[in-house]
Parts: sequence; structure tokens; C-alpha cells
Amino acid sequence: MGLWIMAGVTFREAARKKVLWLALLAAIAFLTLFGTGMHFQVKNFNTRAVPPFIRYQAISAFLQVGFYAVDLLAVVMTVLTSVDTISGEITSGTIHAIATKPIPRWQVLIGKWTGFIGMTAAYVTLMFGGVLLVGYRIGGVVPQNPIRGALLVFLECVLVLTVTLLSGTWFSTLTNGVIVLGLHGLAFIGGWIEQIGGFTQSSSLVTIGIISSLIMPSESVWRRAVFEMQSPVARSLPFGPFANATAPSAAMIAYAGAYLLIALAVAIHHFQQRDL
Amino acid sequence: MGMSKTLDQPTNFAIQTQNLRKIFGSKVAVRNLSLEVRRGEIFGFLGPNGAGKTTAVKMLLGLVKPSGGRAEVLGAPSDDVAVRRKIGFLPEDFRFYPWLTATELLKLHGRLCGMETASLRQRVPALLEMVGLAPHRGKRLGDFSKGMLQRIGLAQALIHEPELIFLDEPTSGLDPMGRRLVRDVIRAQRERGATVFLNSHLLSEVEITCDQVAFLKDGEVVASRDLRAHPDGEVRVLARARKLSTEAVAGLSRWSTATHLDGERLSITPRSDSDYPDILRHLIAAGADVFEFTPERLSLEDLFMKIMGEDRGL
Repeated sequence: MGLWIMAGVTFREAARKKVLWLALLAAIAFLTLFGTGMHFQVKNFNTRAVPPFIRYQAISAFLQVGFYAVDLLAVVMTVLTSVDTISGEITSGTIHAIATKPIPRWQVLIGKWTGFIGMTAAYVTLMFGGVLLVGYRIGGVVPQNPIRGALLVFLECVLVLTVTLLSGTWFSTLTNGVIVLGLHGLAFIGGWIEQIGGFTQSSSLVTIGIISSLIMPSESVWRRAVFEMQSPVARSLPFGPFANATAPSAAMIAYAGAYLLIALAVAIHHFQQRDL
Repeated sequence: MGMSKTLDQPTNFAIQTQNLRKIFGSKVAVRNLSLEVRRGEIFGFLGPNGAGKTTAVKMLLGLVKPSGGRAEVLGAPSDDVAVRRKIGFLPEDFRFYPWLTATELLKLHGRLCGMETASLRQRVPALLEMVGLAPHRGKRLGDFSKGMLQRIGLAQALIHEPELIFLDEPTSGLDPMGRRLVRDVIRAQRERGATVFLNSHLLSEVEITCDQVAFLKDGEVVASRDLRAHPDGEVRVLARARKLSTEAVAGLSRWSTATHLDGERLSITPRSDSDYPDILRHLIAAGADVFEFTPERLSLEDLFMKIMGEDRGL
């Protein structure tokens, strides 16, 4: 089926363009740095006989920093690899040789989407698994619900990917990148505003935060992932970079899922309709 | 005649359009395009830049949605996906993923056309050989010259042995050898029984290869010609003769619409090519010594200029 051919090509493209290998190299560098940091923190705790409870909390927080970096890298990687795929091929005319083949256009789009999803899944698995391994082997700590956390980060990436493809059926590559990163930035700031609002009990700030999450729910999914992976004690902390004064609800995750599916449907519809 | 009747059945048309139209915003790209291309024909689609040739082809290939009218290719609506299994297309300025090698590109396009891997194993090297890229089979497209890209583009359009092939400016960027190759490929397709729709503004190319041409201007077909026939009014006879009397020249008006004498050179525009013997007999009977009597077809370029210039007010 055409869908799988396109998925395969998309996957192969990343490998050929060296993007995948550079990302892998960056991942190894990141994990090495992270592991070294963790190692020295543990060594420090050992010499000072820190109580186990504090030690556990500190290493958990360290682990959260690692997951935070993984999340950011994964989102940026997703956007950078997929931003050019539809828009660039329309601009260069490459799409003409594909869209005139006996394959419906939706299969071209879904095929590319599937290829990028495969790549994102591999990337998130590697990075998330690496951080988990470092936390367990060096720090001796396993976060709460790590699988659920990884799946949520994966969902966030697929969401960003889908919005990138949707925008790519309309706009040029550069505009597409500005739109998607702009939306993610909005969600990011909105998330912080919501947290500050929750901490200071300002309902208007919380409302602004929720509205921004409705416009682009990517950051909410990440904050839910943090919430899932936090220890009960950390969850009770009122405010901090990885605390959640107001953790996004399960309804918000369902909203993100629906958002993704609708974005995909609109992308398919528009790509089917538009002149190439 | 029975013969022509069967030929005119709709199924014998590779392309049929009726009042096909495309409007981009306020700009009319194609207006009321009505075309008929018979199966097995090499069809030249001519027109100046911006006449709407590429838009018309894109509509026939389902890349662009018509604003109005009807288009059928190989008996199916132009937006039918399944019919594309029988259609090949070389876009203008062929480009593809620069990281693919020539072999990989052809395999990919073959698979996209629904071909089996086993049949591609023989087909791909044969095609690379045909377009002269066999020594570059492992080279990446990113390292290809414009002419090489055009050649590999031609190969991908033919990989599945399509019944109908659209070539959009196939010789652009090609050297004389490449042009020769395109010409040979087109002829080979005709022998195979395929229909070729050639979009071009290179008139000499079209003149050599095409059976039928249509002239597009401002999004409309303004004229079409069968290049295999010698239509009346487009042939003139150049004669070289001595002892031509004024009466003899004047008497030619019986068969000719225009006569021009310049020394020994006489140019005649006959009403019909069946009049040639009568004209010659008339000249000899009038006492002229005829050294040369050559029917000449109007070159496509002359025709193009005549048609395109007609109502330009120049």
C-alpha cells in the first residue's frame, strides 16, 4: 500500500539526511552529561550522609530536569524534521511526481505522518529510556509511572507533529516553523501563567492559562506527564519549575487527543482539496 | 465510413475535455478548453509562456481542481486515482529527494505505481540504460546536473509502461544529445501504442515528433492542426521558371489564392494540393520553362506566429 511506501521513504529520509545520526549523537552526549551530573550528586550525598528521604527527593528532582530536557529536545526535533516535508515538496514541485501516482493523497499524508511517528517513537524511547536508566543505575531512583510519562511525552510530540503537517499543507516552510513554534511557545507561557495563577490564587491568570492550553494543548500534556511521574511529596509542593500547582486534568489530555485527531482530519481534507 | 466511425468512439480518446476552466482568484488561467486526443497519438500542446499549458496538464492529472467543465483521461474522470496506474508524468523541472540514488528513485516510483519488486529488478537497469544514466545508477540526485535530472525524470514517467504519458517541457535543460534521446523515446512510445501529450514551446521539437498540435493562447485553444496531413492554405509551391508571361501568372488565380513573382521565382498558394498537376500543366501550356516546382509546408514556427499574432493587433 502507498501509505507504507511513503512511511518507509520518510523514515529513510531522516537516516539519509544524517538528522537521525546527529540526533543520536546529541542524545548520547546529553545522556553522558546527565549521567555524570547524577554521579557527582550521588557522590556528594554519600560523603555528607544525607537522610534517605531528602536524597530520594533531590535525585527525583534531578531526574525531572532530565525528563524536561528530553521533552524539549523531542518537541524541537519533531518540528525540525517535519517542518519542510509537505510545504517544501509543494514549493520545489517534488510533490507533482508523487501526487500523480495511483495513490490517494490522504495516503501520502498519513504515510509521512506514520514515518515521522516511527522516528519520534524511537527518539522518545531512546532518550526517555536513557534518563530512566541513568536514574536507576546511578541514582537508584525510579520515578512514578514512567511508562505513562513516556507515553504522554510521545503524545505531545505526535500532537506537535500533526499541527506541523496541518500547517504545512497551507504555508511555506518558514511560516510553518514560525507558526508551530509560536503555538508551542504560547502553550509554554500559558502553562506558567496558569501555574503562577494557581499559586497566587488568581482565577483570571488560571483562565488565561487554560485558554492558551485550549489553543495549543502541547504543554498541558507535558505538565500532566510531570504530574504522573512525581512522587506524592513533590506533588504536594505548591510551586516550582517541576511542581504542578494546577495539574492538567484527564479531560485536558482527552482534549489534546481530540485536538490531534481533528488537526489530522483537517490536514487530510485540505491536502486532498488543494491545488498542487 | 465505418472505419472513422469506430475511431470516433469515446473509448478511443486518451483525453477528452469540455469547456475545462480554471480561475485563480481573478486570473483566468484556462478558459473553455475543449480538447480531444486520440489514443496512440503524439499530441503537441503549444503556446507562449503563461498561456495556461501547465495548468491544463495539472487539471488532466488531478493536481489542480477545475473551476468548471469536464475532463476525462483514458475514459475516467481526471481526478480518478486508479486510472493513474496507466499514466506517466514528467513534470517541468523534475526534482526529487536529493538523498536518493538513481536506482532507488526508479524503484520507489515503480512501487508507487504498484509494480512488483521482482519486475523492477529488470525494468530499472533497462530504463537507466535507455536514458543513458547506467554509469550513474548509484549516484545521488543531489549530485545530478539539470539534464541528468530531466533524464531520470523521463525514466520515472515510463517505468510502469503507461498508456498515456504527459511530458511538460521535456527537453528543457537538455543538450542536443538529450533532445535526440527524448525524440527517440517519444517515437518508441508511439510504436508501443502509447499516447504522448507533449507540452512545449520548442516548435522545432514538436514539428519533428508530433502528429497533432493544438495552439493555446490566453487559456483557450485558438487553433489545432494535423501535422500528418497537409491542410489546404498552409502549403505553398515555390517554382523557378523562365519565360513567364503576365497572362500565365494571372491565369493561376483559378487554382491559387495568392501568387507572387520575383524574377524567376514564383510563389503560389494553391487552394488544394490536388491542383498541383493542373498548375504545372497551365504553366507549361503558357510556354514557360519550369526548372523547379517544390510544394512547401508552412513551418510550425510560421504557423505559430501567424496564429498567435493574428489578433494581437501588431
